[in-house]
Amino acid sequence: MARRDVAIVATAQRPNEVGSTLTSVELILPVINDVIAKVGIERQKIGFWCHGSCDYMSGQPFSFVAAVDAIGAWPPIVESHVEGDGALALYEAWVKIQTGECDVALVFSNGKTTSGPIDRILNLQADPYMVTPLWPGFDSLAALQARACLDAGVLSEADMAEVAARSYRDALNNPIAYAKENVTAEQLLARPYTTAPLRAHDCGVPVDGANAIILAAGDAARSLAERPAWIRGIDHRIDTQRLGARSMTESSSAAIAAAKAGVGDDRIDIAELHAPYTHQEILLRRAMNLGEGTHVNPSGGALVSNPAMAAGLARFAEAAESVFSGSADRVLAHCTSGPMLQQNLVCVMEGE
Amino acid sequence: MSEADGIMRLRQPISVTYNWSAGPNATSHLNGLLDGTLVGKRCPGCSLVYFPPRNGVCPKCARILGDDVVVGPRGTITTFCVVNVPFLGQKIKLPYVAAQILLDGADISMQHLIQECEAADVRIGMRVEPVWKDRSEWGPSLENIAHFRPTGEPDRDMGVEAGAS
Amino acid sequence: MADLCAVVGVGQTKHASCRADVSIAGLVREAVDRALADANIGIDDVDAIVIGKAPDPLEGVAMPELWLADALAAHGKPVFRVHTAGSVGGSTAIVAAQHVMAGIHGTVLTVGFEKQSDGNAMWALSVPIPFGMPVHAGAGGYFSPIVRGYIKRSGAPSHIGAMVAVKDRTNACKNPYAHLHEPDWTLEKALESPMMWDPIRFVETCPSSDGAMALVIMSEERADKHAGPKAWVHATAMRSEPTAFAGREQVSPRAGEMCAEDLWRKGGITNPAKEIDVAEIYVPFAWFEPMWLENLGFAPRNEGWRWVEDGVTDIGGSLPINPSGGVMSTNPIGASGMLRFGEAAMQVMGKAGEHQIDGARKAVGHAYGGGSQFFAMWLVSSSKP
Ligand SMILES: [Zn+2]
Repeated sequence: MARRDVAIVATAQRPNEVGSTLTSVELILPVINDVIAKVGIERQKIGFWCHGSCDYMSGQPFSFVAAVDAIGAWPPIVESHVEGDGALALYEAWVKIQTGECDVALVFSNGKTTSGPIDRILNLQADPYMVTPLWPGFDSLAALQARACLDAGVLSEADMAEVAARSYRDALNNPIAYAKENVTAEQLLARPYTTAPLRAHDCGVPVDGANAIILAAGDAARSLAERPAWIRGIDHRIDTQRLGARSMTESSSAAIAAAKAGVGDDRIDIAELHAPYTHQEILLRRAMNLGEGTHVNPSGGALVSNPAMAAGLARFAEAAESVFSGSADRVLAHCTSGPMLQQNLVCVMEGE
Repeated sequence: MSEADGIMRLRQPISVTYNWSAGPNATSHLNGLLDGTLVGKRCPGCSLVYFPPRNGVCPKCARILGDDVVVGPRGTITTFCVVNVPFLGQKIKLPYVAAQILLDGADISMQHLIQECEAADVRIGMRVEPVWKDRSEWGPSLENIAHFRPTGEPDRDMGVEAGAS
Repeated sequence: MADLCAVVGVGQTKHASCRADVSIAGLVREAVDRALADANIGIDDVDAIVIGKAPDPLEGVAMPELWLADALAAHGKPVFRVHTAGSVGGSTAIVAAQHVMAGIHGTVLTVGFEKQSDGNAMWALSVPIPFGMPVHAGAGGYFSPIVRGYIKRSGAPSHIGAMVAVKDRTNACKNPYAHLHEPDWTLEKALESPMMWDPIRFVETCPSSDGAMALVIMSEERADKHAGPKAWVHATAMRSEPTAFAGREQVSPRAGEMCAEDLWRKGGITNPAKEIDVAEIYVPFAWFEPMWLENLGFAPRNEGWRWVEDGVTDIGGSLPINPSGGVMSTNPIGASGMLRFGEAAMQVMGKAGEHQIDGARKAVGHAYGGGSQFFAMWLVSSSKP
């Protein structure tokens, strides 16, 4: 479908932390400079910049405007911003490159998730007339979904604990992961509920983070990276948000996006799924038909570090790095948005 | 349907509390304000002095600002407006002059109030100086300066700088 | 390499200070239904939806595109959200067009909206930030010193702003969707209007509106088979620069000049003032009309105000600006840029009704945002390039 071959050629991520005292500009600037240094390119060669963030996360309307200070936008640049995860900014950059207007693009995102009450802030994504006034909380909405899955026999609490234990153990090998622990599912199941049926380990840990990725087309990509991660398919879809109107035990938007992105065409070595809750990883695996041969979230995923609005782009960074290093040939990166996996973006990348 | 026929609007106050970070690169600037000193920062790339040190970054060079530079306290009005509109959350009596002031030694202007003169007498190029609040009211904020007032010095010719920030 | 695309449907709401008769979703759907009807297609014919609006705190809904998926019958489709401050309506239309230009989708629906009456816009545009000095006085307090800079630089007489205001308010009376319908303005009366943010008079400021604008954009292949007038997109351009740096030119920002240069180059325009028949440009404060005339490369530096004075930008002039009444008469922030883009399209489609410029073939839509730092523009025409 895509007329131009586009690849991720470099990534940069900050170590995830809690209670960062940096401004969003100070969070972003080092990763931007880092990712540019990795490919050794002049800023002027970057034909498009795209940023993902959320005003309500930083508590300031037009908060993203300050980020333009961090990226060296002088002389003026071609630039855009999405109110959402950086993974959607990556999608916009991919579209831009497909038009032929530019060959190299830089996308970045930041989330100071711990500067405000994230559970309450994300609540503001709900129906403002009927749902938000009840302030159910984001974790509670996820808990509703988990309960429906448990009752339907789609998964068990032990399955959820397995997801968490694997993620926490894998995170031990990821220097920028925030939460990490050598733990078993049995140990986790002995811990108390926080929002039943969810326990603390079932919910992604809100952290502050920032990341940046450079995309390039064709020969430009080959000249900037030894083993670029070529985007073979990318697509995003949305479901209804109405709680009573959608199946809580499956994710049809993830299934459509995965099919459009060509996930099923061949084996996936590594899948970096943006699943802020353990049961959501299981739903996503089912929706995308990921088998036993796929290692899900070797980085530890969003469960161990969930910088809101940057956690999706982080999945792209992790998946691409596994292609760069040669540890994987065909990988999947995914981003979700909205309550209960409402919106899903899926991308398949390959080494050459 | 008229409002009398049914519920047309509902009131839903939203409150969210945030911890606002000034960032480590603003520390010397904010400590300076606690001390009555105006501290800006010089960009290691283009050597220009920023006051206040916006986000600790030179937007032109995309570099973290470097050395501290004491600026002012006097400065020159580069442009201004006379505000006659009441605003929610606004703490100042109307009408007032909001001016862009280029402090001596700084390369970028900052916005502050002009008082102790008629709004009609304020002009581009006018020299001004800060009037500090009582020290007991100070915090790490530019609000330590109650306002700026004319110094009576001759005007500076701002030339092409008029309208620049 | 990019495909051609065309606007085949335009729809907007009746704009007003408070559309209490509709919810946010109802407002958006009103514009969308009109655009779909204008394009003579159903919502099922839409492949993807691109939504733009200004800051979410204006209404208090975070990322409302998620919740609006229902109102837009978007289930199973791609929904994409853009937010680039005041330029967002323009940027959103460009991102939508690029989905088609890239060959990804054949029919894209795009909508920009704002329901400012649902929140407190003055608060949302001027939230006090700790450590700083809260002298901010809303958008007018930010832009009025820049206007003062222009007046000083260009030597413009003080009545120019009022002239633009009277022209735009008079034009708006020919536009049934415009928020303000105030036919009685004269220059004398306008000059008596109180100073809000000196040198900006009350009459020289834009209103705060509820409203939405939607466009249907199709690929060349589909547009060719589509009956009815089209606005072919000849060029799009975007540029951004930082809010403030030492020595920054704010009266005529470099990003705006570069954006226009890019637009003219891509569109094959060598003499904009001669080749462009009509322009809808983003003028939230009247003085920005002469400033943007210069920034866009229509008028020589310091001459923009003379064009206003000479009536060049009137509906009967050689370069009509904002025949719809513009932002000066209608300002739902997140839709304002798309209203400029859509009104430009309506002109070349011959659908502008009473404010139609006779024989308009090439039109420009322009939007800007932030501290005069984000620019988005497009050039549309009644015929293919
Ligand atoms: Zn510098």
